[in-house]
Amino acid sequence: MRGVFDIVGPIMIGPSSSHTAGAARLGLMAGKILGEKVVKAEILLHGSFAQTYRGHGTDKALIGGIMGFSPEDDRIRNALEIADKEGLEYSFETVDLAEAHPNTAVLKLVGDKGRKVVVGGASIGGGNIEVSRIDSFEVSLTGEYPALVVVHRDRPGVINVIASVLARYGINIAFMRVSRRTRGQQAMMIIETDDELTEEIISACRDTGAIENAFAIPAI
Amino acid sequence: MISFNSIHELIDLAKENNTTIGNIVLTYEEESSMKPREELKAAMLENWQVMQESISRGLVNNEKSLSGLTGGDAVKLFHYNDKGYTGGTVMMAAANAVGVSEVNAVMGRIVACPTAGSCGIVPATIKAASEKNHNSEDEIIEALFTAAGIGLVIESNASIAGAYGGCQAECGSAAGMAAGALVQLAGGSPDQVGHGVALAIKNLLGLACDPVAGLVEVPCVKRNGFVAVHAMVAADMAMAGVESVIPIDEVIDAMDRIGRSLPRSVKETAEGGLATTQTAKKISKRIFGK
Repeated sequence: MRGVFDIVGPIMIGPSSSHTAGAARLGLMAGKILGEKVVKAEILLHGSFAQTYRGHGTDKALIGGIMGFSPEDDRIRNALEIADKEGLEYSFETVDLAEAHPNTAVLKLVGDKGRKVVVGGASIGGGNIEVSRIDSFEVSLTGEYPALVVVHRDRPGVINVIASVLARYGINIAFMRVSRRTRGQQAMMIIETDDELTEEIISACRDTGAIENAFAIPAI
Repeated sequence: MISFNSIHELIDLAKENNTTIGNIVLTYEEESSMKPREELKAAMLENWQVMQESISRGLVNNEKSLSGLTGGDAVKLFHYNDKGYTGGTVMMAAANAVGVSEVNAVMGRIVACPTAGSCGIVPATIKAASEKNHNSEDEIIEALFTAAGIGLVIESNASIAGAYGGCQAECGSAAGMAAGALVQLAGGSPDQVGHGVALAIKNLLGLACDPVAGLVEVPCVKRNGFVAVHAMVAADMAMAGVESVIPIDEVIDAMDRIGRSLPRSVKETAEGGLATTQTAKKISKRIFGK
């Protein structure tokens, strides 16, 4: 059974929990994954998102989220104007992604320090989301937990090294998923935790020398 | 550790502990979320404050929605109130509910309860009822926990999503939640809460979710007003001693079975019912160009 505040709640900007609140969370999550101020956003919309995004303010919610607005932030209404003012360049395109969830968006983001990321995800109902893709990696992220993202070479022992770091800091792993492009090539490990991940922990992961990069995505 | 999976269990727990259903639900949340009671009450109070803000805004809002389909009707109801057959508390509840729903449609801030499409019903009725009864803020918060507990049971045994169960799952659930809260606010017993919920839901079974152009506007906005009135009547019936022949948990089971057997076209797909009328098709074409 879920919690009381999933029924009476959440506080949100209307009109739709899936097409507005969920879209804002998806944008927010994508922005956190980029980890920089977003200066450019190319957004692809699929299914019901593609058909009804204007009527539900899905475009405003996504852009608002990308700028860091939470689903209850009044500024979502004027997110497109605010984006223009702040120099965030954005575009929307409707696409057919075949069997993807009907409320799917793909966000191609560029940050002010030059970092780029492609985030794919869906608004799965009641304002809840699932990020299913980061760049070319399949992932599964809900934003309900802090997450550690580790980019590494696909070889034995890496999971053990990272899990040991987390154990040392008393961090409990709630969910985890590892995916790779090809055997022995680049891989991505996503670990959702019950406890906050500090910069110290992320540095400790990097200092192991076993990985290419690590970063944290806070819960949203 | 408190647990419940039916309204019947909630009623029994309330009676055994000589307290309200709302209090039992609060204790359940305290144990399952491991958060202190005061923090949970404060979070519910925050919800109530946002609900009240959305009501106040709704009663003066003349802004049209993005699609232009809704906006300004709550103001009309508010001004007509005393002249109407249902004038007073009941018409006020309808005006409140339409208002909150219109605020939702203009991208205003609301509390999903249980969903955004049905967000007007619970706040509207609690506001109107508590003004009539002069309920304290504590009583209102407790009533909101009662509403939440009812919603939790419905979600666990049927559904609160239009896409799964049609509108009975959204506005029907909200009606049950509101009726239960209202009975509690009027000082009814846990058994009476159960009857109020059953009466409210029973008479909205099978309701289609067929929104024009797929937007949360037609018929949703005005339906929030109608269902608010419906919930008030259910609460009054229960307080008057009227009992539901079919016990509440069997009503929820019926709701689940009906929801499963409803065609996909009337479960939030905009592929049937009102959504495929001639006028709706024209509206859809005007808004989306196809």
